[in-house]
Amino acid sequence: MRPRTRLATGALQALAIAACGGTTPPPNSSSTAELEAIYWARTDSTRMRFTETDVQFVTGMIGHHAQALVMGALAPTHGASSSVQILAARIINSQQDEINRMQQWLSERGEPVPEVMIKGTELMVHGTEYTLHMPGMLTPEQMRELDEAQGKEFDNVFLRYMIQHHRGAVTMVEELFGQEIATQDEGVFKLASYIQADQLTEIVRMGRMLTALSDLPLSGAR
Amino acid sequence: MKSPAPPRLAGTRRTVHLVALLATALFVTACSMTSSSFTMSGPTPDASERVPSPDPRVGLSGGWLDAGEAAWNVRLVSNTLPPEEFIGVTNSDLAFYRNYAIQGNYNGYTVWDISNPENPHIVVTYVCPASQSDVSFYKDLLFVSGEGLGGRLDCGTQGVPEPVSQDRLRGIRIFDASDIANPKYIANVQTCRGSHTHTVVTDPNDDENVYIYVSGSSRVRSEEELPGCIDAPIEDDPNTALFRIEIIQVPLANPAAARIVSSPRIFNDLAAPARHAEYPADSIALEARRRAAGRPPGGGQRTGPTQCHDITVYPEVGRAGGACGGYGLLLDITDVRNPRRMYAAADSNFSFWHSATFNNDGTKILFTDEWGGGSQPRCRLTDKYEWGANALFTIEGDDLVFQSYYKMPAPQTREETCVAHNGSLIPVPGRDIMVQGWYQGGISAFDWTDPANPFEIAFFDRGPMNEEELARAGSWSVYWYNGYMISSEIARGLDIFELTASGLLSQNEIDAAKTVILETFNAQEQPRFVWPPSFTVAAAYLDQLHRDNGLALAQINEARASLAEAERMSGQRRRSALTQLATEIDGMAPGASDANKVKTLAGAIRDLAEIP
Repeated sequence: MRPRTRLATGALQALAIAACGGTTPPPNSSSTAELEAIYWARTDSTRMRFTETDVQFVTGMIGHHAQALVMGALAPTHGASSSVQILAARIINSQQDEINRMQQWLSERGEPVPEVMIKGTELMVHGTEYTLHMPGMLTPEQMRELDEAQGKEFDNVFLRYMIQHHRGAVTMVEELFGQEIATQDEGVFKLASYIQADQLTEIVRMGRMLTALSDLPLSGAR
Repeated sequence: MKSPAPPRLAGTRRTVHLVALLATALFVTACSMTSSSFTMSGPTPDASERVPSPDPRVGLSGGWLDAGEAAWNVRLVSNTLPPEEFIGVTNSDLAFYRNYAIQGNYNGYTVWDISNPENPHIVVTYVCPASQSDVSFYKDLLFVSGEGLGGRLDCGTQGVPEPVSQDRLRGIRIFDASDIANPKYIANVQTCRGSHTHTVVTDPNDDENVYIYVSGSSRVRSEEELPGCIDAPIEDDPNTALFRIEIIQVPLANPAAARIVSSPRIFNDLAAPARHAEYPADSIALEARRRAAGRPPGGGQRTGPTQCHDITVYPEVGRAGGACGGYGLLLDITDVRNPRRMYAAADSNFSFWHSATFNNDGTKILFTDEWGGGSQPRCRLTDKYEWGANALFTIEGDDLVFQSYYKMPAPQTREETCVAHNGSLIPVPGRDIMVQGWYQGGISAFDWTDPANPFEIAFFDRGPMNEEELARAGSWSVYWYNGYMISSEIARGLDIFELTASGLLSQNEIDAAKTVILETFNAQEQPRFVWPPSFTVAAAYLDQLHRDNGLALAQINEARASLAEAERMSGQRRRSALTQLATEIDGMAPGASDANKVKTLAGAIRDLAEIP
């Protein structure tokens, strides 16, 4: 709890504002066309509260998510168990949608949109300075190790590396939120908060799956 | 009914004959009075009726106010645009008080007077930005959630760009709404993670306070901004703001003194739940290793979610459903300040547990999976039925037992955000029926009386907001409130719907639902519905017995005729007729295929007889 004095101040400020207005009925005069113009203008203008940090976050996360697509696509061909295949399918579905959303976000703001190209385990991200040096990204050696694994071994490597990968995404969200200028873009706040909540949930789930799989009890799960 | 009940009729021919006779009798009845619940007007109860094919929700044209619409067993009574201040800004959840609907918006909230559902009007628009502005009402108090980083204590619209700021509000705003047209902002309670949603909880043993369970799924803010906010794993710091919920106590005599009174760690020791569909093979192996290692089953491991998204409480039964990270929790809330976890369900098809709804008896619970957070199209043909859906459970002792999934069945375009979201029960006596918002998947009403076989009974849907690209719109939440279904349309304001009769839901059942009148309604605090005794309720039960062949049709029609006759009587004569009828109907129970419902019907008639 914060000190009571601050609470009182806050409440007083609020009362002052409330008293000044903000409680007006809408004018009846506006035609539907005028209101629709307001609607689209306002949804456009709310897109202009973003910062360079937001753009870097979204741009980077497209490449980061793309690597999860590469990893997930290996599950059906590498003898993954059905539970890992369900998990991989969910990750692909979810992260592909988020990539589409992030591409749309950049395009609406007139920013360069990275395009994702995947060929086997080869990942190319065009239109931006794509880098593997993001938290949690698999190195080429790790990707090779995953590609060479089969069956139960694949499950094990996949879960370990996907936990690593997800933790990296969570780190990127934490870095975004720790910036000098707090994000004011609703879309980025929602996306980042969702990635954090969703991937932390999946990390816990994968930890459980790994524990069940592994001969080393209780590793990797927190 | 003067003669003993006839035996159950096997031959259809005789049934038809009897029905025809009774229909004639009823016709006469209908002519002799203005209205009756027993005149068989409207569609005949028919359990085989199903969603039209092809589904009219497929292929609807897009647009803001001119999008194509499809409706089945639902009528759009009115659509009213948000106040101009909120056009283009997301509308969120709803709360209700008397003839008012309070609708949250990322920039504040709107109070609507809905006494005329054809033409709701705005009582007040309160500008005070904070996402998501989840709203609740209790007596004269209005509570509003703030989670986003741009919410200000002073309600300013300029945002808070500084990472650490004493101007930021993340938590609960409290308004005195005793004069609802002029709400007064009287207090805030700041929390570490802000409030994504919240739940008002009344304690049956404490009439001096009301409680708020705060759910926050966003990041923990810095200690510099709010002392005590520690963002750390629990093993590093036992005082971490993760792995807990916040409980605020609001003293009704002095609501400005609201404060956090406990932060229960309802996730502690939540290890592999080894429960529903959680990769059974994996779970069995894990449990086997635990036993081999001498550890207690499911214990000892500090996994588990760090927060809840939403908690639905049902104080009458002392239970709550917590939708928390990767788990659906059943909580014992008999001690409101210290909820205790009873059970944790996990599901390999569920991503992020979002919200919960109990049935009225408190014997079932439904959890939703808001996969994608409502920003993604999760109802395309390519999205599995089990993903982004509802999971239905029965509550058996302290356990949750999985029964099935329900998902709004019409495929949507990739331009439409769509996933399971907020809804409420429709108080049809004798059935578990719910209406639910699916963002741009529209609203869907469904029956889950048999939790293993839920089915849709009504819907309304619009085409995409924008045919070119994904945009946010659709039903954030839809709740039944005093006879209507009120939906918060994210981009298009307030929708008010009414149900229309069909084979799957009769006019009597709809009218019976309308007899339940609430003074306040927050969907996250479920009230127990109680139906005042009425002929309509008895007629609704008869329609259900008719639809499900729970009793021979001849007996049903005989009961209808007797009830219609009793309805025309008054005083002691009516009471005697009803008492006698109740006894006769009780006598039919043993021979009926749905004996329980026949007994419920007899009980409803007996209650009627007791009205002086």
